[in-house]
Formats: sequence, structure tokens, C-alpha cells
Amino acid sequence: MFFSMPDQSVAVRLRGLRKSFGPVEAVAGVDLEIADGEFFAMLGPSGSGKTTVLRMIAGFESPTAGSVELGGRDVTRLAPFERDVNTVFQDYALFPHMSVLDNVEYGLRVKKVGRAERRERATAALRSVRLEGFERRGPAQLSGGQRQRVALARALVNRPRVLLLDEPLGALDLKLREEMQVELKELQREVGITFLFVTHDQEEALTMSDRIAVFDRGRIEQVGTPAEVYERPSTPFVAGFVGTSNLISGEAAKAVLGRDGTFSVRPEKLRLALDADAPVGADEHGAIGTVAEVVYAGAATRFVVDLDAGGRLMVLQQNRDVSSMEVTELRGARVRLVWNRRHEFAIVP
Amino acid sequence: MSVPLPGTPVAPASPPGRMDRPPGPRRRLAAALHRHAGVRLSLLLAAPLAWLGVAYLGSLAALFVTAFWSTDSFTGDLVRTFTWANFHDVLTIEVYRTVALRSLGVAVAVTLIDAVIAFPMAFAMAKLASPRTQRWLVIAVLTPLWASYLVKAYAWRVMLSSDGLLGWGYGLWATIATLSYLWLPYMILPIYAGLERLPDSLLEAAGDLGARGWRAFRTVVWPLTFPAIVAGSVFTFSLSLGDYIAVKIVGGRSQLIGNVVYDNIGAANNLPFAAAVATIPVVIMLVYLAAVRRTGALESL
Repeated sequence: MFFSMPDQSVAVRLRGLRKSFGPVEAVAGVDLEIADGEFFAMLGPSGSGKTTVLRMIAGFESPTAGSVELGGRDVTRLAPFERDVNTVFQDYALFPHMSVLDNVEYGLRVKKVGRAERRERATAALRSVRLEGFERRGPAQLSGGQRQRVALARALVNRPRVLLLDEPLGALDLKLREEMQVELKELQREVGITFLFVTHDQEEALTMSDRIAVFDRGRIEQVGTPAEVYERPSTPFVAGFVGTSNLISGEAAKAVLGRDGTFSVRPEKLRLALDADAPVGADEHGAIGTVAEVVYAGAATRFVVDLDAGGRLMVLQQNRDVSSMEVTELRGARVRLVWNRRHEFAIVP
Repeated sequence: MSVPLPGTPVAPASPPGRMDRPPGPRRRLAAALHRHAGVRLSLLLAAPLAWLGVAYLGSLAALFVTAFWSTDSFTGDLVRTFTWANFHDVLTIEVYRTVALRSLGVAVAVTLIDAVIAFPMAFAMAKLASPRTQRWLVIAVLTPLWASYLVKAYAWRVMLSSDGLLGWGYGLWATIATLSYLWLPYMILPIYAGLERLPDSLLEAAGDLGARGWRAFRTVVWPLTFPAIVAGSVFTFSLSLGDYIAVKIVGGRSQLIGNVVYDNIGAANNLPFAAAVATIPVVIMLVYLAAVRRTGALESL
């Protein structure tokens, strides 16, 4: 993946970025290139350093070592107001004493954009987030989702090179979050600005982004498209954090796969055969086990299967022909798990 | 024995003991209080409200009534008959107007000086210092409040004396300096609290949108902390307006409202006139509070 892109198409380039807070090393050497126009996710658990990286790109923190480039220009030592980026804050950070319109116009007013153009651009930005008619309201009179849109409009109206989003959907409820995922994606395609967002929600990262960087303990574990990161996790951490890990290792790997090492198979790639003697195709692997747990989840059911060879695997099956009454009866049943060999991947420990 | 299916109501077994006996009077009282939130609230508030009503508002009312009486100039006894004479004198005799205006000027000056000193101090405490330093700074601001007022005032007297550390001599400016020192913590703490409530992300957002320090201060920090400054000013203003000790110690021959009140109670033995003079700061404060109410500062006290 580490081909070097020509400078003009690189929106963000991080080199050897480090940040320590006293004895704690929050970011322990990050190298990353983000292309112009990309929708890029930094995914990781809390404390993995992803937010600190975002704050160093915005200019709120200065790195202990390494450099930050925006559009080929080194901005490592520049203040936030000297950088061509804008941030959508996790708490939105709307100015409570200003109307929606004044909030959105703030950046333009600071840059001495004329009154008529200012009004026009702010109105257009509010239209793009579907908030026309809210100009005169105060932030306190808006719902969480509406505040989120104002924060977006306030940042986008400045047409930054890169838009930084810190857990943009974290404070919204599930339904709204799913709506905003689609909307953010559409908005990004419309404005063509590079979006760089931080999230701890793997589903959010998988659904919205062009590429994902998975963070753990201040380092990037893997960078790739959602499909690459999900289908071919390169480390046990990525396998476990993005999706369900489902690892086969040690004796079980030898018995089932006939190979040494650690392998990952995603739960939806497994087929659950109720007959322990079900046939296994030439390009398939199979393992016999006992159903230990059945979790009915409406559209699908998760089965936890203890393998005879050791270890346990999670299986996800669509409830195409069965109902809850039937699947729950499978607890304790002897089954055979079958999967295509191309869905099993070796993992570097 | 059959196992009840989930969702099937099961008759609860009677809990042993407790519910079988009729409840005692204490339990009955507790239960009654639990049911009547209004009664509970009034019982809790009765004592403090009585204190506020009788001791505080009552004494203010007594002061006001006394202001309409007079003293027998021969015997010095109180004459309890209604007269406007005291207020007439206060408003028409030149010297009282001068003293009132001077006191007002001192209170305004002290408030402004304290605001100018306190804001950067509070800002450093709330936004720049590490949590540990922050704790120490709060303690440092609070410790002078543990020392006696008199000790601090006399310390300033020593500093201000012509051969002292500052050597400014005594007078109105010395009074303003001393009062500014004495009431400074009352200005710092509300502003500090106000800045603590101001999320850091708002400052970052201003910078992110291109605003440099001064602009971010003017457009975001100032409008959002102004109520806290006004809240602090209520303390510095009212405490300065009523003070008569500092001015006695470092004021040289200057007189403030407080001195007039004091002298009329003591030397002149004219309690009704003292009461009339004492209503001046009360009226000024009421006007000030009414003006302040519009800024929403009273909510942040």
C-alpha cells in the first residue's frame, strides 16, 4: 500500500508522527497518506491515539516528533487558524450566544468575506445540510441531529482542503446515526472535499469510508479499503476489532486445516450443516462441533459452536426459512461447519 | 411442582414480619412525609426562611422605619413621630451628596480594577494551568480570605505609609487600592467558575474557523463570560459601597457613606439620620441589581 502519491493529490501526509503526554505516549509513530477527495476513517478503541492524530492535523496539539503536511505544505508548527482544515467537533462546539446563521458565517466574517457573498454562501451551506429556515434559531433550540448539521455547515462553508470530523455521529441515537451515515456520504460526494473522520464504531467506518486506518495503542495496525480490512485483517487485533474475530489456531488449525498458524474466518462465511456427516467440497474446509449457544437476532441468528478439535467459532446465518422457535432448539446439536477455503486468512501474530 | 413460564404472573408471597404488624408512629410519619412533598419542603425551609424574614428583611424594615424618626436634640432620646426631615437633609445638604458620589466612585473604581486584574488571572487558572497548578492557584486565591480583614488593612497601611514599601501615602487612592486587594478573590472566583463552564472546544472552534487570540476573545470568550464578571462585580461593588473601616485606616481624612453612618450612630448619637444615610447604598444596590438582572448574571451567582 505504501506507494508514494504525487504531492498535489495528497491532502494529508503524516510522517513519523508522535505525541507524548508526560510519560504516556498517545501516538507512537504514525505514517499515513490520504488522497484528495477521499472519505477516510481512523478507527480504533478509545485511547488508541486516533483523536490525538486528528487534533494534531487540526493544530490543537503539537506533535512531540514527526511532521504534518496538508496539500504538500508542512504545517507542523502552524496554529489552527493558519491551516486549511476545519473541524466538526464531537460536542459540535456551536457558539451558544449566536444564531445558526451567525455560527455558519463566523469563519467567513473572520476572513473578511463581504456581506452579500457571506450570506449567500452560508445560506447555500445550510441548504446543503437541509436546514433552510433555521437561520434565526439559537443552538439551544435545535435537536442533536440539527446541531450536528449546523456544525457541518459551519465547517464546510469555508471550503477547507480537509474536513476533520471527531466522532461525528457519536452523540446521536441509532436511527439518526444510520440516516446521517448516508447523508454524510452523499454530502462528501457533492462537495468533493477530503473527509477525515475518527470513530470507534467499526460499522460506521465500514459503511462510510473509502479507506480505513485501524489504530491500536498509538500505532496504525492496518490501512485499506473496508473490504480489505474486513476480509483480510492483517493482525489479530484488526480481526477482533473489525467484526467478530473467529480465529482458528494451534492444534485446531492443524486438525481442521492441516496447517500451523492462526487463521480467521468471518462468521457469515460459515455454513451450518445440521448433519455432522454433511459433505465437504474439494475447495472447502469443514469442522465438526456442538452448538453451545444460539442468539436469535431477528433477521439472522448467531450460533456459537464449540469445535471438537478445540476452539470455538461464531456462525451467522440468515433466518431465511426458520423462525426463532426452530433455531433455539438447536442448542446442543451436533453440526458441521463448512466454508470455502478462499475465506480463511492467515494472520500475522 | 410446576415451574411458572416466563410472563406468567406469580402471586407474591407475603414478606415476613414487617408488613404484618401495624406501622408505628415514626414509620407512619415518614410515610406521610414521603407522600406530601410540599409539607416536606416547607418543614426543611421553615428555619432558614424564618431567619431570612425576621433577621434580614426585618432589620432592613426597621432601618427604613427608623429613618423617618428623629432625636430630641436636648435629651438625645428617640422621637417616634413621622418626619421627612432626615431624607430632606440627606438630599439637600451638599456634603452628603459629595460623600455619596465619592463612595459610588470608589465602588466603581474598585470593581473595574478588580475585573481587569481578575480576568487574566481566572483565565490562566481555568484554561492554561495544569489541574495540579489549578488546585494550588485556587488555594492561593482563597488563603487571603482566611486572614483577618483588620490585619490586611493595617498591612496596607504599613505598605502605603510614606516610608513604607509603596509609600503612596494615605487618601482616596490608597483606599481604592486597599479595597481592590481585599475584594479581589470575590471577583476571581465567579469569573474562574464561569470560564470553567466554558467548553475548551468553543475556543478551539474559534481558532479552527480562523480567529486569532484577540478576535476569539472578543467574539466568544467575552460575551459568554460577561455574566460571570457581572456576578463578581455585585460582590466587589456592594462590599466597597458599604465599607468604612479601610477608609478609616488608609483613607487619611477622606470620608465615605459608611463613615457618615458610623459617626451619626456614635459621636452624633443620631440613629434616625444614620438610618436615612444607610438607605443610600441600599437604593444604589437595588438599582444596580435591577440593571444586572437584565444581563442574566444573577443566574450565574
